[in-house]
Amino acid sequence: MLRKITVFAMLALSIALMYACSKSEDEVSQQETKLAFTVPSNFPTPAYNFEDNKLSNAGFALGKKLFYDARLSADKSVSCGSCHQQFAAFTQLDHKVSHGINNCQGKRNTPPLVNLAWQKAFFWDGGVKNIETSPLNAITDACEMGTDIQTIVTFLKATAPYPDMFKQAFGSTEINSQLILKSITQFTAMLVSANSKYDQVIRKENGVAFTASEQAGYTLFKEKCSSCHAEPFFTDFSYRSNGLDLLSADEGRSHITSVQTDFGKFRVPTLRNIEYTSPYMHDGRFYSLDEVLNHYDSGVKAAENLDASLKNGIPLNSTQKEQIKAFLKTLTDHEFIKNTLFSES
Amino acid sequence: MKLTTYLLALLCSALLLTSCKKDNNETTAETKSTFTIEFDNQVNGSTLALNTTTYKNAKGEDFKINVFKYYVSNIKLSKADGSSYLIPESYFLIDASKAESTNITLKDVPTGDYTKIEYTIGVDYARNFAGAQTGALDPINGMFWTWNSGYIFVKLEGTSPQSTAANNALTFHIGGVVDPNNTIRTFATEINAANPLRVRTDSKPKMHFIVNAAALFTGKTDVSFATLNFTMGGPNSVIVANNYTSGLFRLDHIHN
Repeated sequence: MLRKITVFAMLALSIALMYACSKSEDEVSQQETKLAFTVPSNFPTPAYNFEDNKLSNAGFALGKKLFYDARLSADKSVSCGSCHQQFAAFTQLDHKVSHGINNCQGKRNTPPLVNLAWQKAFFWDGGVKNIETSPLNAITDACEMGTDIQTIVTFLKATAPYPDMFKQAFGSTEINSQLILKSITQFTAMLVSANSKYDQVIRKENGVAFTASEQAGYTLFKEKCSSCHAEPFFTDFSYRSNGLDLLSADEGRSHITSVQTDFGKFRVPTLRNIEYTSPYMHDGRFYSLDEVLNHYDSGVKAAENLDASLKNGIPLNSTQKEQIKAFLKTLTDHEFIKNTLFSES
Repeated sequence: MKLTTYLLALLCSALLLTSCKKDNNETTAETKSTFTIEFDNQVNGSTLALNTTTYKNAKGEDFKINVFKYYVSNIKLSKADGSSYLIPESYFLIDASKAESTNITLKDVPTGDYTKIEYTIGVDYARNFAGAQTGALDPINGMFWTWNSGYIFVKLEGTSPQSTAANNALTFHIGGVVDPNNTIRTFATEINAANPLRVRTDSKPKMHFIVNAAALFTGKTDVSFATLNFTMGGPNSVIVANNYTSGLFRLDHIHN
């Protein structure tokens, strides 16, 4: 009898051990599709590849929750999503400069969060060199979220459902700055916009074609704009002076490099979703695309380090301006702007 | 029959137990042990006392220190035969306000007699731009620049009556890895061959380094707080880094 019990216990133990060995992957809800990062066929290899930050549904969900949680800021009024609004292609609609805690007006226009996985330097001056550490800049800026990562860690440890969400995402209720930043990156690196009309035309999808005006605009664009706003990101990620002022009020890139000739230079911004990312320029001085095109046509100032390609401006007649605008609007990715995967839930 | 069933069940359990276990037997015949380093923070020969004691720089100007923190990383040990061992993932933040941080333990070091030690004062180039880090490199430690990626390698804050900054403040945040303002410096010192660092399985030696905070302000360029009292990277940080390259650390003795 005793032996029988022992045998039974041994077998039970074996079964228990088998369970302990197998990972409980089945626990992921069946109806939820597993998220994947896909490189669009007209895009190159990304700079960020999730190698050291395995993408998971739980990690993405946690990152999204953190992105939209205003309680992380000093006065609990500002989340990442406050200045990076999905309907504005993740910049801030109608704000010349970012609007931070205590109604503080920041120094620069909020950059759109799009196709960040291909970017190697972040912010208008390129000061931050890794997507994972980018949120720290906004978190600590006195005029943005005005807090520090230690305060956020303490808050999250004491606030449900965060410990559970960290456990689901990373296997432990441990919360630290690294896991916070990695989960936010699972959200931000997934913000891929590559399904505009332009993309569909380029990829020859579904018989989509430019109108005559869009096509004329595209031809003009390639001739006059794409040396800086290079496809497929519509930026070459370089830092240039585009002659907004004779002497810039903002030191720009030289703040990072300490190189005098970088004074007043800023990163060439992407033009994807430009229809929705107004106002424009590092200080948000232009509200419409007309103002932008008029600047290049006749408003370029002879700043000392003005980009060589703009020495004579970019002369455009009114028809050409309309054609370029028509083309720029083909860069709007409606699917991206409306994708509920990225929406605050 | 009963016995075989019993044995089978036992075997089954044993097998599964082993399959669960990670293979820890991959280490080679090489034996490993541990040693410790104590960083004894001082100012020109006296023990560093934060906030209270007044010190003098090489120019004879008074100053006090409120914050003194620095990174020691990529510790490498060499033997007399020229072979060397780089301690993997060796990143340490020494903070004068945290006694426990001034003693560091180096584990899994191959046993042997080491006659040279070298390390980076600061953090190597790659880690300055790598993604989110943890441990000593966690940005929580207040040694990471959020607006211009990279670590503060050496941070000294204090006051001096000579400082022209607000509240007579001294703010020395030394960092930056891009030429011409690269401040990554390597410290290396030979160890007396008569008393090398003897890492043994039955003895865990302790190295004792004197760290002279005043070395930031003398060596190559004597710093006057009237003209240099604030730097966060850039050319002035290079002046300070060049000062402390050889003067910050001194190996005092080893307890074998």
